[in-house]
Amino acid sequence: MSIRLENVFFSYLEGTPTSQAALRNVSLEIEDGEFVGLIGPTGSGKSTLIQHFNGLLKPDSGKVFVDGVDLTLKDTQLRLIRQKVGMVFQYPEHQLFGETVLEDVGFGPRNGGLSEEEIVKRVREALAYVGLDYEVLKDQSPFELSGGQKRRVAIAGVLAMRPSVLVLDEPTAGLDPAGREEILAEIKQLHDEGGITVVLVTHSMEDVARFADRLIVMEQGTIALDGTSLEVFGQAGRLKDMGLGVPEITELMYELKAHGLDVDTEILTVAEAEAEIIRVMGWGCQK
Amino acid sequence: MRMLRSVTIGQHIPGDSLIHRLDPRTKILSSIVLIVLLFVVKGFIGYGLVALGIALVVRASNIPLRFVLRGVRPLMVILVFTLTLHLFMTDGRIIFQIWFLKVTWEGLIRGLMMGTRLLLLIIGTSMLTLTTSPMQLTDGIETLLRPGKKIGIPAHELAMMMTIALRFIPTLLEETEKIMKAQMARGADFQSGGITQRAKSLIPLLVPLFVNAFRRADDLAIAMEARGYRGGEGRTKLRELKFQRSDMMALGFVLAFALVVGAFF
Amino acid sequence: MREPLIRFTDVNFIYAKAHGGEGLAALKDVNLDVFEGEFVAVLGHNGSGKSTLAKHVNALLTPTSGQVIVDGLDTVDQEKVWEIRQKVGMVFQNPDNQLVATTVEEDVAFGPENLGVPSLEIQSRVTSSLEAVGMLSYRLHSPHQLSGGQKQRVAIAGVISMLPKCIVLDEPTAMLDPNGRSEVMSTIHSLNREKGITVLHITHHMDEVIGADRVIVMDEGRIVLQGTPREVFSQVELLRSLHLDVPQVTDLAERLRKRGFEIPQGTLTVNEMVMLLCPSD
Repeated sequence: MSIRLENVFFSYLEGTPTSQAALRNVSLEIEDGEFVGLIGPTGSGKSTLIQHFNGLLKPDSGKVFVDGVDLTLKDTQLRLIRQKVGMVFQYPEHQLFGETVLEDVGFGPRNGGLSEEEIVKRVREALAYVGLDYEVLKDQSPFELSGGQKRRVAIAGVLAMRPSVLVLDEPTAGLDPAGREEILAEIKQLHDEGGITVVLVTHSMEDVARFADRLIVMEQGTIALDGTSLEVFGQAGRLKDMGLGVPEITELMYELKAHGLDVDTEILTVAEAEAEIIRVMGWGCQK
Repeated sequence: MRMLRSVTIGQHIPGDSLIHRLDPRTKILSSIVLIVLLFVVKGFIGYGLVALGIALVVRASNIPLRFVLRGVRPLMVILVFTLTLHLFMTDGRIIFQIWFLKVTWEGLIRGLMMGTRLLLLIIGTSMLTLTTSPMQLTDGIETLLRPGKKIGIPAHELAMMMTIALRFIPTLLEETEKIMKAQMARGADFQSGGITQRAKSLIPLLVPLFVNAFRRADDLAIAMEARGYRGGEGRTKLRELKFQRSDMMALGFVLAFALVVGAFF
Repeated sequence: MREPLIRFTDVNFIYAKAHGGEGLAALKDVNLDVFEGEFVAVLGHNGSGKSTLAKHVNALLTPTSGQVIVDGLDTVDQEKVWEIRQKVGMVFQNPDNQLVATTVEEDVAFGPENLGVPSLEIQSRVTSSLEAVGMLSYRLHSPHQLSGGQKQRVAIAGVISMLPKCIVLDEPTAMLDPNGRSEVMSTIHSLNREKGITVLHITHHMDEVIGADRVIVMDEGRIVLQGTPREVFSQVELLRSLHLDVPQVTDLAERLRKRGFEIPQGTLTVNEMVMLLCPSD
């Protein structure tokens, strides 16, 4: 399932003196099965952009297509679109409301009018995706869970709608390294094994370098860069000007090259860097 | 939501006029005097004089007239309602009659008087909120209520509550919007359906809103304690309110004006 | 030997059942000295006890057993609580939930107001505190108009206006974007350097620890590792086992060292690494 934006303009408080352009002439296409990293400084329009993917915001002008359906048309059933494009907002645990985990995670399917039996099936499956046990948790209050569990329950609430596209806005914000790794691994698994298209909004260059096939960089409401991770991180200077960095390991390779060591700079992970340095400098011999 | 926003934040217009510089207590007391005066005055000459007085204050505050009148607009319905009620419901000499509805001279005069009274009340008191920041207003109320402590009026606590409410209203509004969007993304519908259906659809919105508000309150209480807060006792102020000569003069003038107008008209 | 500003002696703390279930022990036999002017970073994953440790420093919590002394004052002494809170300021994680007032300057004044400082003095403290965190031009703004990093800087100003000897920051950057994080980090480093304020910085971001004088690593309520950043980061395996990250450069250095490269343990920054691999430069 693809998402396509054509010349989208959007501004908050349109028609008032304080109107601010949040998106300016954005066109992009996200194909089925991609893992896209969406990065950019705060206020660059990332959150505004993703809210166009499921019709929470409508463009002032331009078109948005999901699976070929035009979201800007009046009679489009947005509810159906929102089942297909699941969206996990920042700090999703702050949106929990159910008396039980079952009620909360089942909220989406229930809104979709599914049978009770089907709802239970979906909840079980969604909780399993995020590494939680349905039998243990179904009757517990989500408010009594630990911080990390709460976030997973909230993410399961979106997965229970069986979306084909999953959009996550900083899903690891505020978590410690262990919690971050677990969530990221689960997202990766959803993509690789579940075949879900993923759009990951994040501030962590290291994370997108590890997971995303494609990076989209937003700056002041426009798409500044769009390409593979290597292509985008190849523009280190440009990223720095925007107040963004490249992964530390990539930066190191650039610095080594600048200091006369003939290394390849197309490096995104520590393991790659290790292999490259050994290739150039030889096994265990230092000059 | 927008209305709540305009009521709570959109009122105050910063400035440096004579009226802006007055002590908030002067302005609060003057507003009270105005309210009393409007209930004492019974004739159009009196209302005319009060209107003149308010006009002078508006002029001195340098606040554009459209901002002053903006405050009247939401209350227009009540104004029209009052006028109509008096127009039709008062007995007396009939001007004309449609079926059972009689319009009388007395009703017309009463209606106009009530309408004028209400209008002057709104404009007069809105001068207080237009020229005084919420912070000054709370400070003023706190100091004025302080003598009431002996009879159990918690002046400081009330002021603190007002401050915190003002501080967190924008935060909570933002949060409401965020939660609504998140639930809409999961297929929630806040618009359609009957009354019970709609009330039910509010649960996924209200529960997290309250849970988060309590969490914030907890955090805030700890933060306040860590910063040495322990009630109003022994607290000082960034800016102590100072009753200056201009305040004495302003208050004296308002009182004298009120006495003369109240006694003779 | 000089007296420490903060001294923890055999501190144990057990959360009451009402707070965290089955009488959970959050601190176990903690001994710690922090000296005036030090920049100490406390690392640990969620639930390691680092926040509980922080709350002990200004008497928001008091030990179940053991003793915490702050500038000569015992934190269990009810009479001295307010004096301790003046000496030790605290900044918390959520930038939205610690600002009290409707304008920046009123908020910075909140602490000194509570201490009963005279008005004129408060005004000058507000000005100098806002200047110190680079937020003076925002003094009349309302908190909700500020970015996360700016709110945290205001919160820091609100603490230093009480003229504390020490600031404890409990994960002040956890909810901020990279720009906000670097704003806050450079602010606290400059306060430490220029005003000599002791800093206890609690975090799980490894890169924020590199500039500290001393790093303390906590796990399950205990201090498990302590030393300079270099010493701590040379324990890559231990840190991993505690579910903590190491910076990518440190990770690489460790891998290369194992392959026979002559790279010292605990190599921390890109520059150090470049110097090591290209010594001719």
